[in-house]
Amino acid sequence: MQFKKIIFIILVLGFLLLVNYYVPRRMNPYLFQILILIGINIILAVSLNLINGFTGQFSIGHAGFMAIGGYTSAFFTFYFGRNLVPSLTSILLFPWLAKSVIFVSALILGGTLAALAGLIVGIPSLRLKGDYLAIATLGFGEIIRVLILNIDAVGGARGFADIPGYTNLFWVLFFMLVTVVVIRNLINSTHGRAFLSVREDEVAAEAMGINTTYYKVYAFVIGAFFAGIAGGLFGHYLMYLHTNSFTFMRSIEIIIMVVLGGMGSITGSILAAIIFTILPEFLRVVKDYRMVMYSLILIILMLTRPQGIFGLKEFSLLTIRNIFVRKEQVAK
Amino acid sequence: MSLLEIKSCSMHFGGLKAVEGLDMSLEKGELVGLIGPNGAGKTTLFNLITGVYYPTAGEIIFQDKKLNGKKPYQITSYGIGRTFQNIRLFQNLSVLDNVKTACHLHSKEGMFSSVLRSKRFEEEENELAGRSMNLLKIFGLDLLKEEKASNLPYGQQRRLEIARAMATEPKLLLLDEPTAGMNPHETQDLTNLIREVKRNFELTILLIEHDMRVVMGCCERIVVLDYGVKIAEGPPEKIKKDPKVIEAYLGEEMT
Repeated sequence: MQFKKIIFIILVLGFLLLVNYYVPRRMNPYLFQILILIGINIILAVSLNLINGFTGQFSIGHAGFMAIGGYTSAFFTFYFGRNLVPSLTSILLFPWLAKSVIFVSALILGGTLAALAGLIVGIPSLRLKGDYLAIATLGFGEIIRVLILNIDAVGGARGFADIPGYTNLFWVLFFMLVTVVVIRNLINSTHGRAFLSVREDEVAAEAMGINTTYYKVYAFVIGAFFAGIAGGLFGHYLMYLHTNSFTFMRSIEIIIMVVLGGMGSITGSILAAIIFTILPEFLRVVKDYRMVMYSLILIILMLTRPQGIFGLKEFSLLTIRNIFVRKEQVAK
Repeated sequence: MSLLEIKSCSMHFGGLKAVEGLDMSLEKGELVGLIGPNGAGKTTLFNLITGVYYPTAGEIIFQDKKLNGKKPYQITSYGIGRTFQNIRLFQNLSVLDNVKTACHLHSKEGMFSSVLRSKRFEEEENELAGRSMNLLKIFGLDLLKEEKASNLPYGQQRRLEIARAMATEPKLLLLDEPTAGMNPHETQDLTNLIREVKRNFELTILLIEHDMRVVMGCCERIVVLDYGVKIAEGPPEKIKKDPKVIEAYLGEEMT
């Protein structure tokens, strides 16, 4: 069992390395950038879904967590990581290995700091509900942005330039898979049912012995951690960070993905992240009316499928099988 | 030593005295009925015991543990389970998941073993599912396990709520109007079921009920509340004849 799992993981990693080798060489850079952004958006949407969709805590501060992760990891690689590469290479032999070690530790550091911020934001969420919580998290996101804007060490209003470009397709896909697997496994455990019960009925959840306070903060911490990682990937891909990338509009974009994909559906978030990363690019054909069309599509989608593309359901190969099985039964 | 002891407990909402100086105790293995006209403070008392409200005065002791100021989830972990007057199921979850969620207290799944899907996690999860299925069988809901809770008919939702409360493995079970909205046949079935469950799980039950046939038929002792004050207590036969109770329900007799 464990052995099979390890083989499977090695196969997946091998596949990712192959993809990482071939795709950038064959694909045009514009499409490649969209691909990277899709990966990052999937991480963001799935991690926000844990907070908004599964635990039912409406947060508009996801861009704030992303900013913390992005700037922290960029700060680390910019000031320490780069200087560490030669000395680490002498131990680990390969420069790429040294860079990878530095990059991953930078991402984890960024994620951890974002998680810490999640812990701090999670605390008001114990008292606030619904719209009130949304506004509080919105305020939090803006505070983070303005604070970063005033730190000169990370470029202040000029933006943070010359971040080493460590992000490649491998790391994006790798962390995307990690996010999806971790959150999926968490949801399908006793912890996951606790998250869901908080969303469904807090009073009943408490009466069933679930510490709702703990689980709300827990959701914020895990969600923020992955948002932080996404921020790190984002910064090391563009090699430049500016606080304008982390305004509340960014949070709203992620919320759109979560809501339209289906609050409480991981596969829905993934699909929506793909669609809503591609869509604005696709709509470039209508030029000036691009955002009008975009908004129109949102309105139409909300009117026709208010519960999101997948609602609360997950899409899997099993669902397809079930549809066919049911049809057969009906036919009989 | 009583299982639950309520000592001169009061709950005031501003000027309203929902419960006033209530003394009451429950012995292990009892089935006690709590009755009283609307607004007498019955549900408030439940909320006091389960920690939804903190009493303004007095104390509540369960198995030598003081419950004042404890959070509802802590009180549940001491062994008090409850149902709600207006059903509060996890509407969007399946019947099985509703019960599994309530097994949370007794689950030892750690975060890392859940994420990594360790062998222990699988075992734990199987055991949990088995225990939940067992409860669903007792309450006659095992064939509906995949159904969404909100799709169940009313009577079965009430049953599921009790099954869910049982999953927390309580020693004391508080039932808030378990047969409300049921037809006589369903009521009879549920009453039998409550008795059976009480016997098999060595439970102590405190139940609020308006259906006098249920209360008189299955409770060993009855406590009557009116305007937050206990006006009578005793076996069903005595309560039936108690002038104060008759007055509370029907009004004073004209002379």
